[in-house]
Amino acid sequence: MSLLEITDLKVGFDTEDGHVQAVRDISLTLDEGEILALCGESGCGKSVTAMSIPRLLPPATTRLTGSIRLDGRELTTLPEPEMRQVRGKTVSVVFQEPMTSLNPSFTVGYQITEVLRRHERLSRQAANQRAVELLELVGIPAPVRRMKEYPHQLSGGMRQRVMIAIAVACSPRVLIADEPTTALDVTIQAGVLDVFRDLRDRLGTAIILITHDLGVVADIADRAMVMYAGRAVEQAPVAELFARPRHPYTLGLMNALPSAAVNGRLAEIPGMVPSPLSDPDQCAFHDRCRFAQDDCRASRPPLERQGDDHLAACFHPGGQS
Amino acid sequence: MLWFILRRCGSAVLVLFLSSVLIFLGIRALPGDPATVMAGQEASPAAIEAIRKEFGLDKPLPAQYLDYVGQTLTGNFGRSTQDQLPVADILAERLPVTLELSLLAMLVAIVVGVGAGIVAAVRRGKLADYVATGFGLAGLSIPHFWLGLLGILLFAVTWRVLPASGYVPFTEDPAGNLQRMILPALVLGTGFAAILMRQTRSAMLGALSADYVRTARSKGLSEAKVVGAHALRNSLTTVVTVLGLQLGALISGAVVTEQIFVIPGFGKLTVDAVLTRNYPVIQAVVLVTVIGYVVVNLLVDIAYAFLNPRIRLSGGTRD
Repeated sequence: MSLLEITDLKVGFDTEDGHVQAVRDISLTLDEGEILALCGESGCGKSVTAMSIPRLLPPATTRLTGSIRLDGRELTTLPEPEMRQVRGKTVSVVFQEPMTSLNPSFTVGYQITEVLRRHERLSRQAANQRAVELLELVGIPAPVRRMKEYPHQLSGGMRQRVMIAIAVACSPRVLIADEPTTALDVTIQAGVLDVFRDLRDRLGTAIILITHDLGVVADIADRAMVMYAGRAVEQAPVAELFARPRHPYTLGLMNALPSAAVNGRLAEIPGMVPSPLSDPDQCAFHDRCRFAQDDCRASRPPLERQGDDHLAACFHPGGQS
Repeated sequence: MLWFILRRCGSAVLVLFLSSVLIFLGIRALPGDPATVMAGQEASPAAIEAIRKEFGLDKPLPAQYLDYVGQTLTGNFGRSTQDQLPVADILAERLPVTLELSLLAMLVAIVVGVGAGIVAAVRRGKLADYVATGFGLAGLSIPHFWLGLLGILLFAVTWRVLPASGYVPFTEDPAGNLQRMILPALVLGTGFAAILMRQTRSAMLGALSADYVRTARSKGLSEAKVVGAHALRNSLTTVVTVLGLQLGALISGAVVTEQIFVIPGFGKLTVDAVLTRNYPVIQAVVLVTVIGYVVVNLLVDIAYAFLNPRIRLSGGTRD
């Protein structure tokens, strides 16, 4: 049995403009020690999918159906007090914005020890000691001094590492990292990815990495799911995905990588993401796809096996007619 | 931190100096010569001159100012023209009354205002929010004197549970004192509570949608901890600012409230002094009010520094 199993997840939000369907029928599995990348452009539903797991979406406006099972336990219907035992302990999150995700009024030390004291029931002293170790683990120099500092005294990279220290403090089974390296310098990016790798190797933590950086995906992930307009359009082990991308959207993302630039010009994907307000029965990508034919407009291609452990939702995978 | 407090104290002293000059000149600029007034209508020029000399009014203005500051610093505010009592004694008698009233009103305002503000923010768009916001609007719109009279009518006349007016010192009869102070404190605190409620609500709404609150939730903290520690801590700056700003309104509110409930406090003293042109008392009252403002602002600044590490650690005035 997989560590995490998401089946037919649908997530929508009630907004002033009507119901916005952010995630449509996502199913995925995650094994212990596996690093899964969720890729796609802004608004494709990758963050919403991930934040559904610890139920960190605004409860008043979120409409969620489907099943999320962690170690066989259904999380979507778990009572809130039990869910709080899961958050920060079994499932933890590294957020995207290091500049604003730490509380400006509390010391770094307090914000790390808080989660340790909550879940591990450590004494103040033991929690402090553990927090210093965690800061060391994420590569922060002079950790004892940093403990007493406030977020505004730290650089963005440092704050992101503190965020990671908080997230890994209780040795979570699943770590969700939402664009953890986007705001960071390239040199610091590599260090952050090393921390994730180390965590996976030592504790067998499974990691869901939300990113639109295919370079990061190639570097660290075992498997990748490419999302478009709230649906998974392709899913495969990373080596297979890069060797044989089947969906034209994945292909487009790869051609948009700086290393794939031809004559110094990046290839872009023409057109815009379709509105999440409507969902006609056709391929959501058809009007941006250079391989699109009449059948793409007539019905929606299902997510189908395209080879060993390789799924894609396309009538003309790899551009065949 | 110490350096920060010292600097703030320095600027407070500067403000006090400037306002003492203003008060001093303001009194001198008033029409009429105090010596002629004191000597009476039929006095000879020699008698007026003698009085001038006795009170140092013949000296140049800077020397007179130094005298005034020296007297004030030693606690000598002169004598009331009304009953010839030392002004310092009058202040010592009246000031504690208003301080008690203000503190009680502030207590009411903080408990009710901040509490309702937090509840309204957490239950945004729900019934509790509408009730709190509605009462906030009402509390803000109702004038003190009307609320005071209504209070007297209901509690003292109709239900006969509280005395209508009057004052007993706390040291003489603690229960009687509180019995007489509770209604004025509620009346004075209502408007204050309404303002605090609105500000706390909006500050909390901002804090609750902040990324760090989501981080706090992702740690598995209880909602009480998320709201009470993480969100509230960052809203307190706003609350303290409003507290500081509204203390001025509290003083003017005390003037009205003390009139209605016939409380012999500072506000009533001010009104009576102005009505009888009791210059020494007015002078002292204005100075004490200025000192009150300066001290409150100093405390607010220091509270800021405690609440906001960015100010505390830079020792400056950055954001």
